Amino acid sequence: MTTNFVIEGLKASIEGKEILKGINLEMKGGEIHAIMGPNGTGKSTLASALMGHPKYEVTAGSVLLDNEEVLEMAVDERARAGLFLGMQYPSEISGVTNSDFLRSAINARREEGSEISLIRFIRQMEAKMKDLDMNPEFLHRYLNEGFSGGEKKRNEILQMMMLDPKIVILDEIDSGLDIDALKIVANGVNAMRSEDRGFLIITHYQRLLDYIKPDFVHVMMQGRIVKSGGPELAHRLEAEGYDWVKEELGIEDETVGQ
Amino acid sequence: MAKKSPEIEEYKYGFRDEHESIFKTGKGLTPEIVREISRIKDEPEWMLDFRLKALETFEKMPMPNFGGNMDDLDFNEIQYFVRASDKQGKTWEEVPSEIKETFDKLGIPEAEQKFLAGVSAQYESEVVYHSMQKDLEDQGVIFMDMDTALREHPEIVKEYISTVIPTADNKFSALNSAVWSGGSFIYVPKGVKCEMPLQAYFRINSENMGQFERTLIIADEDSHVHYVEGCTAPIYSTNSLHSAVVEIICKKNARVRYTTIQNWAPNIYNLVTKRAVAEENATMEWVDGNIGSKLTMKYPSVVLKGRGAKGMVLSIAIAGKGQHQDAGAKMIHLAPDTTSTIVSKSISKHGGKVTYRGLASFGRQAEGAKSNIKCDTLILDNESTSDTIPYNEIMNDNITLEHEATVSKVSEDQLFYLMSRGLTDAEATQMIVMGFIEPFTKELPMEYAVEMNRLIKFEMEGSIG
Repeated sequence: MTTNFVIEGLKASIEGKEILKGINLEMKGGEIHAIMGPNGTGKSTLASALMGHPKYEVTAGSVLLDNEEVLEMAVDERARAGLFLGMQYPSEISGVTNSDFLRSAINARREEGSEISLIRFIRQMEAKMKDLDMNPEFLHRYLNEGFSGGEKKRNEILQMMMLDPKIVILDEIDSGLDIDALKIVANGVNAMRSEDRGFLIITHYQRLLDYIKPDFVHVMMQGRIVKSGGPELAHRLEAEGYDWVKEELGIEDETVGQ
Repeated sequence: MAKKSPEIEEYKYGFRDEHESIFKTGKGLTPEIVREISRIKDEPEWMLDFRLKALETFEKMPMPNFGGNMDDLDFNEIQYFVRASDKQGKTWEEVPSEIKETFDKLGIPEAEQKFLAGVSAQYESEVVYHSMQKDLEDQGVIFMDMDTALREHPEIVKEYISTVIPTADNKFSALNSAVWSGGSFIYVPKGVKCEMPLQAYFRINSENMGQFERTLIIADEDSHVHYVEGCTAPIYSTNSLHSAVVEIICKKNARVRYTTIQNWAPNIYNLVTKRAVAEENATMEWVDGNIGSKLTMKYPSVVLKGRGAKGMVLSIAIAGKGQHQDAGAKMIHLAPDTTSTIVSKSISKHGGKVTYRGLASFGRQAEGAKSNIKCDTLILDNESTSDTIPYNEIMNDNITLEHEATVSKVSEDQLFYLMSRGLTDAEATQMIVMGFIEPFTKELPMEYAVEMNRLIKFEMEGSIG
């Protein structure tokens, strides 16, 4: 059975203020969906709320991953069910090496007694790091501590590759990347494309979508998806900006508003 | 998250054995009891005088006016001397079987075989087992319990005892001087480098016990030694007292590391005075882990007496329910170009309290001296507290003192990040805590680091309610 991810009427607020005002989206394995939109329209909130960040309170709606209600799961249960969020600002954890962390994360998905062997794990991790053109010393560096913006993003992609999720959400994975790093990150994502994996890519810019070809493009404004289309929509946004969308829909202020 | 009972019930070394001691002084402290201790040990007259004077000093001195609450510490309820065995074993077979079983459970004979150059095991007031590798003996290293040292090397003991920590240093150093028993004596001759650690293990078994070991380490010029001590005790409803005095002399170019993993039961008052003198270009390192006890007051110190001497204190303190860790370090710079480093990592949880209390002192002669102090605290919940109390005394303009202190909570974003990769709330918190103390654990010999990690994991279970 191919992966199936359905968001229905999702509303979420922060400190009592509603940011997501009813998101509807359906994704299947093998598909890449891009969510675009100007700043302050709720894109990152959508990513965090799907993963279950405690700062956001979900007030309505449902999110089904292969017919299971994600919103009833704790953050770690969502991860183990197959959800992955590549974050815009990954946390730094001092004293915990990248490899110890990732091995624990992989073993969290395995039964006690069938943990991944150290040798096998290191080989896998080294191979993926090579694909991402990461210095092998990052195995032993503390998790994200002192990493540059680009190194953090590559590290997010590395984790995605190692954890083999069903649904990948990438939140502004392209921000702060130069063109070479962008290509490497995009190659990493493309290498992970498969029939049983769906991608939800949140981005500001069309640029990333030159390297990761989306099947569907959605525009977010005022905490809702206001327009959906194919890859051509992204090209038009790149060429003409967002004003025509606002005009077409009669929107004056596209942000979630105060 | 399943809530576990508080860690007082979870202290894993809280078992006791039924060993009957062969002699005890009974509760309370009088000159007669001090005479009795000295008599049964068959000590020289000067030591009896030393003890009796110390007892007078103890009685005159006030309790410390800082630190933790000692209201329910009753000096009249303590047993000051308990002899468990009439001879010291050189093999474990010679140790009374109940006591051997206790040390077996604590894993001491096993560790000895694997990676230790020498082991001393103190049970109640005296050392019941002692051994050292022959090659060290051949090189002239002396490692024995302090009572034996007083018999076999009285001149060295007399020359050095109480020279680093005077009897009247504080009320508890005076008490120890009056009733001391057991502890380690180490002498490392010039140029001898002990590659593997020497270990002492301290175990209290009886209720209302007072353990007062006295340790003296002399590292002669150009020598190296690493000494490790561990401590545990059974849990009783009443309090016991552990009050050690540790004096270390690091001669020119010598290097001494003293590692403590204190994991006393939560009914133990742990009031310890530890101080070292570092002569020219000598290095003294205290690696000090405080996990257990009811109240610990301990500030390992280094008197940097010779030019270029170096001192380091690397400590962790973890305070859970009903615990107060009042710990820190003192660095006393008396000579030019001396350097010191203090790294203190404290964790409080379940209403526990951690205090960092430190002193950086620079005398007139401390030209070009440097001290770097870093205190980090991690607070795991809203009931727990921390304090940082640094003192600085500066008598020379040309010194460098850096002090950095941070207090943090496990952040929501860090937990979210780790959990979003599939780790449970408890696993994520534990990972953050282990990372926090990593600068400490990485300094431990590998076997201890593994044990330390196990202990901390055990301590952290049930931390998240």
